[in-house]
Amino acid sequence: MAKHEYAFYPGCSSQKGASASNYLTSVEAMCKTLDVKLTEIPDWNCCGASIGYAEAGELPRHVMNARNFALSEQHLPGQEIVATCAACWLGARETRERLSHSDTLMADTREALKEAGLIINEMPNIRHMVEVLIEDLGFDEMKKYVVRPLEGVKIAGYVGCQTNRPFGVDGESFENPQYLDKMVEMVGAESIPEYEQKVTCCGGALAFSEPEKAQAQIKDIVESAYDHGAEMIVTPCPLCQANVEIYQGHVNKKYGTKFNIPVMYYSQLMVVAYGGDAKAAGLNGQVIKARRLEEIAAKPVKR
Amino acid sequence: MSANTAVAEKYRNNFLKEIEEQVEMGDWVKMCMQCGVCSGSCPTNFQSAWEHPPQELFMMIRAGKREEVLTSSSMWNCTSCYNCIVRCPRKLPITHIMHGIAEYAHRLGMAPKMQPTRFFSGLFWKNCTNTGRVNELKLSMGLYFKDGFVQGIKNGMAMQAVALGLVKAKRLNVMELFSGHKCKDQKGIQAMLKKAYEIERSRKAAKMAG
Repeated sequence: MAKHEYAFYPGCSSQKGASASNYLTSVEAMCKTLDVKLTEIPDWNCCGASIGYAEAGELPRHVMNARNFALSEQHLPGQEIVATCAACWLGARETRERLSHSDTLMADTREALKEAGLIINEMPNIRHMVEVLIEDLGFDEMKKYVVRPLEGVKIAGYVGCQTNRPFGVDGESFENPQYLDKMVEMVGAESIPEYEQKVTCCGGALAFSEPEKAQAQIKDIVESAYDHGAEMIVTPCPLCQANVEIYQGHVNKKYGTKFNIPVMYYSQLMVVAYGGDAKAAGLNGQVIKARRLEEIAAKPVKR
Repeated sequence: MSANTAVAEKYRNNFLKEIEEQVEMGDWVKMCMQCGVCSGSCPTNFQSAWEHPPQELFMMIRAGKREEVLTSSSMWNCTSCYNCIVRCPRKLPITHIMHGIAEYAHRLGMAPKMQPTRFFSGLFWKNCTNTGRVNELKLSMGLYFKDGFVQGIKNGMAMQAVALGLVKAKRLNVMELFSGHKCKDQKGIQAMLKKAYEIERSRKAAKMAG
């Protein structure tokens, strides 16, 4: 039996061929090393994300998340739900909070769920993968498995919005959360605690609908990372990762910059530090290649 | 009578009451003390300026400026970064109120039709509820072709390098156009959502009648 077991809510962007598929690849390798067992909630559905608000309304949005709770309760009773995506985590947590605070909303949700033959009896705990790492395992435990420290690599910890607000990770401040910097140090790399854009919004869905607004923010986020001498940026959020990575070309065209900085997930850093190869770390999924990490991943492991 | 005339009749000169009863989290609006921290914390207001930032919208609601609020493009500038929520000294759930006012304006048919984020928001919800999971390719294509075929091709060309990069990295699958990821129990999802909309509509109607 694994040391830690959870019901897993991977989310749409983690699926094969989707925008954060390399995140899932690295999370799977990371969890194998840490002896964390994730069991996918059968037939889970989209959380609706925050951007669905024009048509989602209140109840339909909560019902979408509640369906996942019901499926989790039915197939994986007693297990906490773990999400790797910031939006999935936020959406599900918000639903949990609203339903717990309103008997009417809870009753209405139950009535709607009946139509899909489902029922909720208990509200599950909703955790983000970084909460599991920090709270259930802890930095000391995570560090034990580092066999290939990322020595000399300077990394800007970009926390972004939805992993940080409105819920955030317990004990961290909204304005200057420290956990990502600590994770960077944990894998043996050099963190930049004074990186002042660490909680700036990447523009979220506006990167699609009104790109000029999002790109102005992306420019600030990347520029500051360069100013602090970062070689790469790391983030816990799939949309932050995609937005900050894939639009650098557009930003360059618009602002005359020469940005070309890799944007990684914390799990990718950990897999490389744990001795995994480039494939296990999902490094082939980078649009802007992380050459430095690829080199390190090709080196022999210090045992 | 259109939905809009019906509510306008019912609430007459009390737009605040209308917002309180018909908008998600609308009953918080009266708690705003006009400090402006939300407006100063908003990334898109900071970069390009909203027509009416949240604090201003709250005062306009109290002043009964119904038409100006509901037809405004302002709320659609929200990136859902939740900065306003965590900084508001009165703990107003501002992000949710913005989404709520936007949704209400959309429901009444008063929201600006071609506002790109309004369009994208509707597109996203339809996309993800259609099969239970997001189809990223169809979502992007739907947005590019928003202003017709020719503009769609132009938009697609402008995004070519980004799309190619993603395809090469195996993070965008062209086959999604024909067969994407989906839930098994799509029937159940549709039935459950239909019921949820029914219940929500009847709850709002009850408030109108009450």
